[in-house]
Amino acid sequence: MRPLLKSFLHFFTSLRLTVVLLVLSLLLVFFATLAQVNLGIWAVQTKYFRSLFVTAQLPGTELFVPVFPGGYLIGGLLLLNLGAAHVSRLRLSWAKSGLWLTHFGLILLLLGELFTGLWQKESMMRLDQGETKAYSESSRQIELAVIDTTDPKFDDVVAIPTAALEQLGTIQHPKLPFRIHTTTYHQNSLLQMRRQVPNVPPSPADQGFGPQLVVTPLPLTYKQDEQNMPTAVLELAGADGPLGTWLVSPLLTEPQSVTVQGHTYQLLMRPTRHYYPFSVTLLKFSHDRYPGTDIPKNFSSRVRLRTPDASVDREVLIYMNNPLRYGGLAFYQAGFEPNDRTTILQVVQNPSWLLPYISCVLMFLGLVIQFAIHLTRFIRKRTAVAAAAATA
Amino acid sequence: MKRLLPLLVLVLGLVYLGSTLVPPPTKSEFDLRGFAQLPVLVDGRIKPLDTVARNSLLMLQGRQRFVAPDGTTLAPVEWLLDVLFNPAVADDYPHILIENPDALAIFGKEQTEQKRFSYNELRSGLPELERQMKLADPVEEAVRSPFQREVAKLYQRVVLYDRLKASMNLEDSPDLLAEVLRLKEMLPAFTTALREKEAGRSYNQENFKMATAFRDRFQFMGDSGYLMVIPPGADNPDPNAWQKMGDALTGSFSRGAVNPDAMAYAGLGHAWRLKQPRDFNEVVRLLTTQLALSFGSELQKCRAEATFNQAEPFISSMTLYVLAFLLAVSSWLKWPDPLQRSAFWIMLLAFLVATAGILIRMWLEGRPPVTNLYSSALFVGWVAVALCLVLEKIYRNAIGVAAGGMIGFCTLIIAHHLSQSGDTMEMMRAVLDSNFWLSTHVLTIVIGYGSTFLAGFLAIIYIFRGTLTKSLTKDTADALTRMVYGIVCFATLFSLVGTVLGGIWADQSWGRFWGWDPKENGALIIVLWNAIILHCRWGGLVKQRGLMILAVVGNVVTSWSWFGVNMLGVGLHSYGFMQSAFYWLIAFVASQVLIIGLATLPLEKWRSFQTRAA
Repeated sequence: MRPLLKSFLHFFTSLRLTVVLLVLSLLLVFFATLAQVNLGIWAVQTKYFRSLFVTAQLPGTELFVPVFPGGYLIGGLLLLNLGAAHVSRLRLSWAKSGLWLTHFGLILLLLGELFTGLWQKESMMRLDQGETKAYSESSRQIELAVIDTTDPKFDDVVAIPTAALEQLGTIQHPKLPFRIHTTTYHQNSLLQMRRQVPNVPPSPADQGFGPQLVVTPLPLTYKQDEQNMPTAVLELAGADGPLGTWLVSPLLTEPQSVTVQGHTYQLLMRPTRHYYPFSVTLLKFSHDRYPGTDIPKNFSSRVRLRTPDASVDREVLIYMNNPLRYGGLAFYQAGFEPNDRTTILQVVQNPSWLLPYISCVLMFLGLVIQFAIHLTRFIRKRTAVAAAAATA
Repeated sequence: MKRLLPLLVLVLGLVYLGSTLVPPPTKSEFDLRGFAQLPVLVDGRIKPLDTVARNSLLMLQGRQRFVAPDGTTLAPVEWLLDVLFNPAVADDYPHILIENPDALAIFGKEQTEQKRFSYNELRSGLPELERQMKLADPVEEAVRSPFQREVAKLYQRVVLYDRLKASMNLEDSPDLLAEVLRLKEMLPAFTTALREKEAGRSYNQENFKMATAFRDRFQFMGDSGYLMVIPPGADNPDPNAWQKMGDALTGSFSRGAVNPDAMAYAGLGHAWRLKQPRDFNEVVRLLTTQLALSFGSELQKCRAEATFNQAEPFISSMTLYVLAFLLAVSSWLKWPDPLQRSAFWIMLLAFLVATAGILIRMWLEGRPPVTNLYSSALFVGWVAVALCLVLEKIYRNAIGVAAGGMIGFCTLIIAHHLSQSGDTMEMMRAVLDSNFWLSTHVLTIVIGYGSTFLAGFLAIIYIFRGTLTKSLTKDTADALTRMVYGIVCFATLFSLVGTVLGGIWADQSWGRFWGWDPKENGALIIVLWNAIILHCRWGGLVKQRGLMILAVVGNVVTSWSWFGVNMLGVGLHSYGFMQSAFYWLIAFVASQVLIIGLATLPLEKWRSFQTRAA
């Protein structure tokens, strides 16, 4: 058993493995970059980097087979290789201190990227001038909101992620006096008015807007400027029997309602919302251009940040390269509407955002120390040679 | 003789440089220099008319040199003066470049020797060009066919020419100055008529009609013009409130006075058209004195920029790099010591000229050295040559000069081609408008590019000298190996730190440290490649020759990151998009593959190392 363990250890600590892994990661990055032309950045991230294997479909089948190690596998092996080498091969000494620092920084960087992949949440906050919001909206995820609007003073919202609808099962929520059964779900779809499309089978929906509409399923889109628009057909049933069938989609921006046991519920499919214990009001959005041109010079949003108890109530200017960090979130100036009155802020929650900063410092110091050691050694050798030549 | 050679070469180099600073002898009686230095606001930047003339020529006809139909070569501003003030002459100037035969067919022409056409020659085909542009317009730029791309380019050229012509002149006016003087004389009567009409009182109908006719004409001039030539008046607090001449003249009605600068430019045009140098020079002098009062520092910058344009320091530097390279290579064959020293001095001179050029650009722009693809090319070369000077100082074997001369020349050629698309000092788009990040992330990344290239070029010297000549001795080979190794270490440091800094910038501006954007990936690939070289070396996986081959691959990797990713046209960084360079990139990669092939020849086939192999 001993020699096997030894060769196993030898394999994981070897520089040869490091080189192989580095080459693999280089190829992975290269091909992933090329793939972005067709797939878009988001799809590439999941397919190439946030995966153990890059898979490809066998032609003519539904079968996906791994064709290349993915980012998680290569990154994980690199970490293992690095850790193992330091434990068994590289001694802790001043001469190697640069190497240790660099590698430690690298470990932090890789971990930071892993944590970002796991924990980072991104969403958008779209604000018109004067508008106040205490939530942001996901740019890719959609939810089904069932809103009890009976009490005029507040709304009681039950939000169901589309992932739950996709499984076509029945959902029973303690707050709702009815069950929701999904009969059909399309990840991306197009809605048309029924009168514009002749000769189509009758709508499965018999309530709300559904009967007037025709759903056409579309393939998933990966383009950066397009969004997938899911559609679901929902059968609602209360204690006394079926309530009817509704068609829901984020394309329908007006809510549809159902009344059960004296309560009115609105059904609305919308971008998933994240609520915060504070509100943001857009005071003014500015879009500066260079004189006499349309070249943008700066975008900025003057906002007011306020908590309900008014312990925080201040004005902040968010502009390019200068986000607002508050409550573990960061708000970035991400975009605007062509009317120049509406700002789009990107809201990012990333608990590990500091790691790259630390690792940058460590790696810089490490490499400087390492190469400085090389350089002094080289200069000493040269002066020795020169001295020898002079005496000779 | 041999001892004096370096000194002689240095003096010759200095004389050559001095000659570029002397303005070319001009036979013109007009104060063209004074006119060339006048500031205007175009594309968000105050620049001299000389720059406007040169960039317009580049955009219209792909080069700065312009030859009139009668065979005389015009200075760029002379050409501009005719376009601005004498359209009847300029419409016959062959300055609109059409290379694509399909685009020529729009104008019913066949491909011949002629590539540049005059506005009059194209006039009949302009409606068809406009129709083709309407067809091409909805197609996204990245997926346009070569014909559509050519149509768009040609359309832009024609529009640019039209807008230049309308900048300081009304095409149907026989004499704009006469019109402006008439306006000045009648302005009180005009404003009264306009005011009375507005107030609903009785007014002089004839004056009102004339006033609106004037106003409409000048408004049209303002709408179609391009150059903002009229500086804001002394009462205007906004220093950026420059105006087009048409707008300034339209403003006469609301202000109750004709803008004196607009009148001066109209007079300038009059004097140029009628060939009255005395009047022309007097107006230029007046305009300059007037501008010096409130725009003194801008005027000073414009003077410097016009001189800079004319001296073309990067062209001189390019010539000197070639000379340095040739001297260095010759030194391996004959007279090693004097030729090596001459080569060193010439490269130092070229380097200083390039440094001065970069510094002047920085001063003019008020920016760190790298702001766009063009300046990155300048700086990549600068970094590589700076490192070469250090190497040469240590090793004194002409290898540093040969590599530096080669890289300096190549990067300046690349820069020269990149400058063909217009102003190289364009304004920075919002997200890039950060001198802090431009001077940290961008500089370190570009230093990484430059040093990775240098390692690759040193390796090429090793391979060529080893395989094709007998001059690669063991000592030289060992020295080259140490150089390549040292430079790879340097490159690793800078490309790694630059890449991580880029991530931090992205975190500051977009909310994510790393987005796998093509440009970021390109930078990462360089870091990975340098790390691979170092680990191969440390692990003993490669020896001398392997190291050289890996370094040459570094050239391919770096060129891909520098230019290749821009050609993909995706991602947040895609502002550096470009198309035509694609074939050059392919050619460069092919050449590197050939060199690698050469290096993999068995050692017996190398001309050097024969004794050792035997």
